[in-house]
Amino acid sequence: MMFAPAPYLLKDVSVSQVMTQVCIALVPGIAAYAWLVGPAILAQIVIASLAALLAEALMLRIQGKPLAMFLSDGSAVVTAWLIALAFPPLAPWWLVVTGTVFAIVVAKQLYGGLGQNPFNPAMIAFAVCIVAFPALMSQWPSVGLQLSLVDQMNVILGFMPRVDALSGATPLDAMKTALKLGEGSVDVAHLLANQDIYGNFAGRGWEWVAVGYLLGGLWMLQRKLITWHVPTAFIGALVAISGALWLYNPAQFASPLFHLFSGAAMLGAFFIATDPVSGCTTPRGKLIFGAGCGLLAYIIRVFGGYPDGVAFAVLLLNLCAPVIDLLTQPPIFGMKDKA
Amino acid sequence: MLMNLFKFKGGVKPPTNKTQSVTLPIAQAPLPSRLVVPLHQSIGGVPQPVVQAGDKVLKGQLIGEADGWISAAVHAPTSGTVLEVAMHVQPHPSGLDAMCVVIEPDGKDEWIERQPFDYANAAPEAVREYLQQSGVVGLGGAVFPTHGKLTPSKTVPMEELVINGAECEPFITCDDLLMRERAEEVVRGIGIFRDLLQPKKVLIGIEDNKPEAAAAMRAAVDALGESFSVVPVPTLYPAGGAKQLIRVLTGKEVPASKRSTDLGVQCFNVATAYTAWRAIAHGEPVVSRLVTLSGNVHAPRNYEVLIGTPMGELLQLAQPHPDTDGIVMGGPMMGFLVPDANVPVVKATNCLIAHSDRIFPPKAPEMPCIRCGSCAQACPHELQPFEMYWFSRAKNFGKTQEYHIFDCIECGCCSFVCPSRIPLVQYFRFAKSEIWAREREKKAADTAKERFEFKQLREEREKAEKAEKLAKAAAAQAAKKAAEAAAAAAAENTDPAAATPPVAETAPSTDATPAVAVDAAQEAKKAAIAAAMARAKAQREAAQPKNTEVLSSAAQHDVADIEARRAAAHLTDPEPGTPPAPASEKAE
Ligand code: SF4
Ligand code: SF4
Repeated sequence: MMFAPAPYLLKDVSVSQVMTQVCIALVPGIAAYAWLVGPAILAQIVIASLAALLAEALMLRIQGKPLAMFLSDGSAVVTAWLIALAFPPLAPWWLVVTGTVFAIVVAKQLYGGLGQNPFNPAMIAFAVCIVAFPALMSQWPSVGLQLSLVDQMNVILGFMPRVDALSGATPLDAMKTALKLGEGSVDVAHLLANQDIYGNFAGRGWEWVAVGYLLGGLWMLQRKLITWHVPTAFIGALVAISGALWLYNPAQFASPLFHLFSGAAMLGAFFIATDPVSGCTTPRGKLIFGAGCGLLAYIIRVFGGYPDGVAFAVLLLNLCAPVIDLLTQPPIFGMKDKA
Repeated sequence: MLMNLFKFKGGVKPPTNKTQSVTLPIAQAPLPSRLVVPLHQSIGGVPQPVVQAGDKVLKGQLIGEADGWISAAVHAPTSGTVLEVAMHVQPHPSGLDAMCVVIEPDGKDEWIERQPFDYANAAPEAVREYLQQSGVVGLGGAVFPTHGKLTPSKTVPMEELVINGAECEPFITCDDLLMRERAEEVVRGIGIFRDLLQPKKVLIGIEDNKPEAAAAMRAAVDALGESFSVVPVPTLYPAGGAKQLIRVLTGKEVPASKRSTDLGVQCFNVATAYTAWRAIAHGEPVVSRLVTLSGNVHAPRNYEVLIGTPMGELLQLAQPHPDTDGIVMGGPMMGFLVPDANVPVVKATNCLIAHSDRIFPPKAPEMPCIRCGSCAQACPHELQPFEMYWFSRAKNFGKTQEYHIFDCIECGCCSFVCPSRIPLVQYFRFAKSEIWAREREKKAADTAKERFEFKQLREEREKAEKAEKLAKAAAAQAAKKAAEAAAAAAAENTDPAAATPPVAETAPSTDATPAVAVDAAQEAKKAAIAAAMARAKAQREAAQPKNTEVLSSAAQHDVADIEARRAAAHLTDPEPGTPPAPASEKAE
């Protein structure tokens, strides 16, 4: 006779369903990306996904874990997609593969696999690659660059020299450099108006990609895949600090809108900082986590040495997550002190 | 009446599966071939059998006598012959056997002489005892003896009496049908509880997916002229958990560490109220109950079933489908697969669900926890199930307690929502039982330790007393010596002052005496100091073990190290056994 335990009814959810929905939520952002920046990103996503699945399969095989069960959980694919989206779209294929393999093998599987990684694997990939290959990781194509899909693929695959036009910087980086070099004589409004890489309120093209992520994020909120805490705190903190400095000196500091829709802010707020495995889990912990990410991302962006701060901010907060969780345990039923 | 309802956090909405079994009225289940009546059917002491094999019994006749205050009597469900009083397998997840009275029905179903209880003229104490003798226990599933919950707290005024008609578990509809068909008797039963507890308000909570039941109850309340409120509560599992229902109706949260009466609330199931009324008004002890038969069956329905009816036999009434592979007692969220189809229906059996893979698909393999937090969001007790799971798995039970594992009501909401298919509740049950086992072991060890410590303490005390005695004797001797010397000196000098007491300080300053007298005085002083030191030491030693004994070996090692360094630096007393410290170190 069986002694299976209650409950006998289970909700129809699974890890792979959760991960699939995260991927679906990324689709609007990816669509905008492919439309505005170039379809090569789709190739990068495929390359990263294949690399992630292969690396995961290899590691599972070595550890003797059931391949099908874990490969189908979808977590490696989510990591791969985030890596592809965080890397420059025309990065050489081996860079993306290196980052992905490192993320899966070291940042995930060596820590014990699904659910065990203390750091966000995609952000580890980004951090490792930007430290190891700073030049390649900063080459963002300008939107005006009219490369055909074939040319884009040739760049990625290394069949075509990385033309000079490619060695542009991200809008965030360009702004920082210009402001630094200009030493007060250059102002933000002027930059935004006169440089080709800027669109209406942030990097040209990128702002719409960020809007795509925002839409996907809102859909995840509506589906209760994530809670409001992390994105709200992330965006709130980013707006607060950028807003304060912008009001203080609008010539030297870009507006909150610019920061929200540049770089990985939206992707970070909804898809990266919300990673439950490496993030905080208590409601107050999530608020602290999100706000910390937003603040740090801004500080690194504006005052630090890297073009975008989201990856390092998330990784630093990953480090603090266990302590934050411990210190923010919510009171339980019947133990709320009303006095 | 409009009422302000409160919400409890968490909860889930499993498919209710209730409509199947409410289409037909309650039916009477036929007499089974045999009845196996367990003696232990309520929380508390195991009732003592008062019949033996061969005895003829009548329906309602006492067969098991309540053992102690928290216990309730057990009665013969029908007339017939006692075949044996023996161990039989129980409807319990453990699959263990327990003492049962096995009765072969004679088919006449002949009652004992039934007499209504003169409730109007009885003292509350007598009513409680009568309910205990009638075997009235909580029929919601917890089977706590009802009389035990009917004593109002002396310090906290009884504010609300909550009647639980919520019935939130999927599939179960016996309370629904009871309220629809027998509302008047339920309401009369509630009246008894009201009289005993004297609450300010009586609130009857019914999930809003049972409008017929609520209407019937409201009509009965009105017809009887009572002032009870029938309150529809939102359909959300586990709204029928006593603590959740209390929360929803009164806003009060009863933590695990407290009883609801401490907050001025008490809660009873509707079926309990019904049986209390049957006992008082008709002299009928609890020998049957309503059971929902549902699940993988052709004809789901509610039956009035004699306690002791074998479940397999009973389930046949609902015509289970051929692929039925087990029986779940209770609901799908908190019930369990019974270990054997022959286990009997007991007072806690509210529902039997025919199990098959079709209605309860086998669980997908367990994946690692991804800390998604769904479980914490679903937990009605606002716990952090994934943390408790993590520490249960790591067998770090102390930590599970820090995360309040004993506040877990095992409602199953966390397991229900977990995308990784982790059987969380199972881990919690395991952790709880481990903690209990260790608690028991520790108690035994503590008792032994206490005994040992007491013996040590006594020995120390005896030693100290001995030392004191010795010191006293020495002092007395020294004093005697001094006196003798003084006397001798006095005799020599033939001084009239010799009559004065030979106190050292006032000793006459003659040539011969001073040395002796001063010597004696010092001797006495030394002895007193030694005695005092011995006492202090004994005290210190008796007090010391308390905080150093439970240290881990590493910590003990550290302490030893520190002590060694302190000794090397002469910061501490020399080792015991060496002579007392110099007089400059004051002992008192
Ligand atoms: S629901 Fe399951 S996977 Fe999610 S945090 Fe809880 S235990 Fe982990
Ligand atoms: S079973 Fe326990 S931990 Fe899980 S939801 Fe219910 S009360 Fe919370």
